[in-house]
Amino acid sequence: MSKAMFKKGWWVPWSFLALPLAVYLVWVYIPIIESFGYALTKRDSLLYKTVYIGFDNFERMFKDPQFFVALRNNLVWLLYFVLVPIPLGLLIAMLFNNSFKGNRIYKTLFYLPMTLSFAIIGTIWMWIYNPDAGFLNMILRSAGLSSLAKPWLGDSRFMTGALVAVGVWRQVPYIMILYLAGLQSVPVELVEAALIDGASWWQRFTRVILPVLAPATIVSITISIIDSLRAFDIIYVMTNTKARAAEVLASYMYTSSFQYQDYGYGSAIAVIQFLITLSFIMVYINRTLKAEQESGL
Amino acid sequence: MFNGKSKRLVLKIGFHMLSTALVVFWLIPLVLAFFTSVKSMDEIMGAGAMWAVPKFWRFDNYVKVWTSIGMGRYVLNTIIITVPSVLGTLALSSLAAFALAFYGFRLNKMILIMFIAGMLIPFQMLMIPVFRFTDSIGLMNTRIGVILFHIAFQLGFCTFFLRNFFRQIPFSLVEAPRIDGATDFRIYWQIIMPLATPSLAALAVLEFTWIWNDLLWSLVLLQSDRLKPVTLGLANMQGEFISYYNMTASGSIIAMILPLVFFLAFQRYFVSGMTVGAVKG
Repeated sequence: MSKAMFKKGWWVPWSFLALPLAVYLVWVYIPIIESFGYALTKRDSLLYKTVYIGFDNFERMFKDPQFFVALRNNLVWLLYFVLVPIPLGLLIAMLFNNSFKGNRIYKTLFYLPMTLSFAIIGTIWMWIYNPDAGFLNMILRSAGLSSLAKPWLGDSRFMTGALVAVGVWRQVPYIMILYLAGLQSVPVELVEAALIDGASWWQRFTRVILPVLAPATIVSITISIIDSLRAFDIIYVMTNTKARAAEVLASYMYTSSFQYQDYGYGSAIAVIQFLITLSFIMVYINRTLKAEQESGL
Repeated sequence: MFNGKSKRLVLKIGFHMLSTALVVFWLIPLVLAFFTSVKSMDEIMGAGAMWAVPKFWRFDNYVKVWTSIGMGRYVLNTIIITVPSVLGTLALSSLAAFALAFYGFRLNKMILIMFIAGMLIPFQMLMIPVFRFTDSIGLMNTRIGVILFHIAFQLGFCTFFLRNFFRQIPFSLVEAPRIDGATDFRIYWQIIMPLATPSLAALAVLEFTWIWNDLLWSLVLLQSDRLKPVTLGLANMQGEFISYYNMTASGSIIAMILPLVFFLAFQRYFVSGMTVGAVKG
């Protein structure tokens, strides 16, 4: 069932759309197309002009070890963004989804990291990771685990993990919000009853609650993947994009383009990043349209 | 054995203990930042005291960061960029959303998909083309250049968001005035926009926070320090004042205050906005 709509005068909707659509095309869609074009060029420093070089940038990319470092790190980001925030966000949403007084305060406080910019978050976490005086190592040492105290941002083995942890810290509250919204279609009594009847808790959880939450789960996973593929700010703030071992596709395209002035190569990296993301964007759109059809709007 | 009532009490106590522990644990980084921001460097450097509760609360750190380090100007720059960006994107997206919500025409669904897809792309891929385009129209290193980009890029989410809301408005409300001879623009401006005030407010809160927090686009489109927003100011501060933890900490707190106040004041809007398009409804 589809909602009624005006049908008269084809120019009427277009007169409303003209300006926003033009702005969107100029700043978003034309640049996407341009990126594909730039990816096939390089700046010739002797001729002082941009020349067409076909797929050379892509060929170069597949021989470039740094590209694979970035790609692998993006994969690490993606894995952790799915494996940690999804179950943890769900668990916390279950905890907060009840009729007890005061639970709104907990929710509000827990959301807080969501409202902060990565410039702030990165600054704060840099002290936490400080090898000598940082909070994390201090806690580890005072717990008698000195051997676990590491130079988190100074050692290429730990860098990406340390950066992802910061991203996850901010992602968990977001996923919790999505699950809380999803849980609204499950009666609170059902969730609470599931908690009280300890014996059948797991059964109710897997058989009643999880199926209802399936749409929320699909969206959470898709959004987390898309977010993990655009990670940049944390890396920029916490490593100043100078730590090559922590680079991801977005930061590698940034350094290639703006530090080495290699726009063609940077664009080629962007194209790959885009193509990887595209399939997840399609999943998201497909699900959104399906949900809309079901709700009859 | 517990009866139902006392069982619920036990559960309630358990809930509060668990929730408190969780929230405290999650917010440790923010508490540490606040402690650091009100300490003197001597206290921070004192043995083992870096993370302790401050002995002396030195709020003059904030004054120093605001005035002599110039955080005040960075905050002002952010406001000058954020406010017109939010207003501009609301104005344009409400027009597009109106067309997509109430008119049946052939490309309706395709244009909607275009707006949604655009909001999800890895936006870093727009960096080089937008950098060049902004340069070519002479808006490089101007606030207008950044504002126009924000307005354009946020159209994706805002159009999607508002269109979903407009669709829930009963069709009779837009049909009746039309029969009475009202123009389409009057229906948009005098019927739909007033009805949409709550959702416009929700959207404004979200967009304010997002644009306030932007780092990348100012990094690419602004070079001179006197135009830079607070996020970039903070990143620069780290270079200059790297060992002055108290200064960078109070800078961070200053940078987060306005979005935080906004969030606390309008959190219901904020949360409902976050879930639009994510979960049905």
